[in-house]
Amino acid sequence: MSIALQRTRSIANGRLGSLLLLLALCVVLIVVGQRVLSGGLSFFIQILVFGLANGAIYGLVALGYTMVYGIIELINFAHGDLVTLGAFIGLAFFPIFGLVEGKDLGIIGVAALAAVFLIAMVLTGGINVLIERVAYRPLRNSPRLAPLITAVGMSFVLQGIMYLWKGAFQIHVPDILPGTRLPLGPGASVGVKDLIVIAIAVVLVIGLNLFIDRTRLGKAMRATAQDRDAAQLMGIDINRTIAATFFIGAVLAASAGMIRGLYFNTVNFSDGYQLGLFAFTAAVFGGIGNIQGAALGGLFIGLVKAYGDAYFSSAWTDVYVFAILILVLVFRPSGLLGMRVPEK
Amino acid sequence: MALLELEGIETYYGRVRALNGISLSVDTGEVVALIGSNGAGKTTTLRTISGLQHPARGSISFAGQVITGVSAARRVGLGIGQSPEGRRLFGRMSVLDNLVLGSYTRRDRAGIQRDMDRVFELFPRLKERSGQISGTLSGGEQQMLAIGRALMSQPKILMLDEPSLGLAPILQETIFSIIAEINGQGTPILLVEQNALKALEVADRAYVLETGTIVKEGTGEELLHSEDVAKAYLGM
Repeated sequence: MSIALQRTRSIANGRLGSLLLLLALCVVLIVVGQRVLSGGLSFFIQILVFGLANGAIYGLVALGYTMVYGIIELINFAHGDLVTLGAFIGLAFFPIFGLVEGKDLGIIGVAALAAVFLIAMVLTGGINVLIERVAYRPLRNSPRLAPLITAVGMSFVLQGIMYLWKGAFQIHVPDILPGTRLPLGPGASVGVKDLIVIAIAVVLVIGLNLFIDRTRLGKAMRATAQDRDAAQLMGIDINRTIAATFFIGAVLAASAGMIRGLYFNTVNFSDGYQLGLFAFTAAVFGGIGNIQGAALGGLFIGLVKAYGDAYFSSAWTDVYVFAILILVLVFRPSGLLGMRVPEK
Repeated sequence: MALLELEGIETYYGRVRALNGISLSVDTGEVVALIGSNGAGKTTTLRTISGLQHPARGSISFAGQVITGVSAARRVGLGIGQSPEGRRLFGRMSVLDNLVLGSYTRRDRAGIQRDMDRVFELFPRLKERSGQISGTLSGGEQQMLAIGRALMSQPKILMLDEPSLGLAPILQETIFSIIAEINGQGTPILLVEQNALKALEVADRAYVLETGTIVKEGTGEELLHSEDVAKAYLGM
């Protein structure tokens, strides 16, 4: 990997390299432009909304990656699986709260759905705190590779548990969100579902930002992320602060899992793994450790995926998303927003 | 019994012994200086007192309570405040946020506000710059903020690690007069300094550290006039 990266870098630095890159970019732009024009504006907007809805989900997951990385410099490879876990937990509570397909939601239904969200979020958060306690905290002062490998292992453990729980099937998630579509023009429309997904994500991201900016615990989290020793000298219990970070990350992941389930009406035990890799790309794109960056990166990846799938082929999604990851790592490792102010 | 007492403290970094059985005390109202060359163990001593480093042997007691096993975070609540080596500000946060974090262990809003006013009185510069990101302050301002932040925890003892390091002579003077002022307001101070002359002038008592061992102690006055101290640390 690193040899390949170095080679890419040396080609990219060369004159011929930049020329080739420019040429490739032009070709891509021309092809894209042609297809966009022939597709029509309303189709373009329809894909935009779909991309934003998808991106909102990536963004919620990317936030967890970036927060955990920010505070203990761990790339938590098990984070994506929390998305699926959240969806599975939520799904288990659907019948208990009377949420079944084909019934109009109504006010009671909305309240029930909110309750299920809350339960899934809190339980997943609790499980992640437990994971941190048993799997990562004992390794906090070990070389960085140790917790990283542990996280990969934890990802397999979570997937294994979910496989035992529900099997390898595509699990159906009741289609309870309104299916109404708002017309956009000839042959195009926007789903109310998409708008609901975007709205929930926006509310969660704004809430998170306010929490981190304004509250005592939020300030403690930022302080711990910047300088763990100094944070302790302020009287901040860093174990609790780190646990809180894992909790919040998992809460967002679980909400993403629920939203995604309600949106696509299906979930599989391994979904989170793939989603996690995309969300990780989003976090790196935005500048890992940067909250706003993760949200923006999520939207960007969502849009890239949506437009790519619409104008090219969904068979290539992995290729261009991970091509973005590689390009960011080569040309701008600190990401789009990076760290804005000098350290210490 | 003294406010802070260290008994036979031994601290290791991995397998390297940094402190070799240190015993020292700080009493109410005192300024106590810890001097010695680089690597003598001054910073390690402070880190051990604040709980960032755990001693392999020995005991630390503070305000009549053994705190050897107490976590660093809880020691702040007990009244041990520190301005660490290299200042260690939260460089991406504002001056005000740094001070607010300094009061993290407290819940008394009125008291916090009073101490904030007191810090701004001691360091009017900080008030002017309270909205500025602390990483963009000058070295002197950063040092003031580090001391102010430590004061915000309402410490019963204030530990200062190299407060004059890297500052222009005129700013060093300011910092030392402020140390005297803080002490005059009733807070005992444990001071680690490479500027031994200045430290001994301001200190009631002082300890001389050499490779993890206390080799000399006395009043600031005595050590100032001791020949080997003068030769080794005062460049005379």
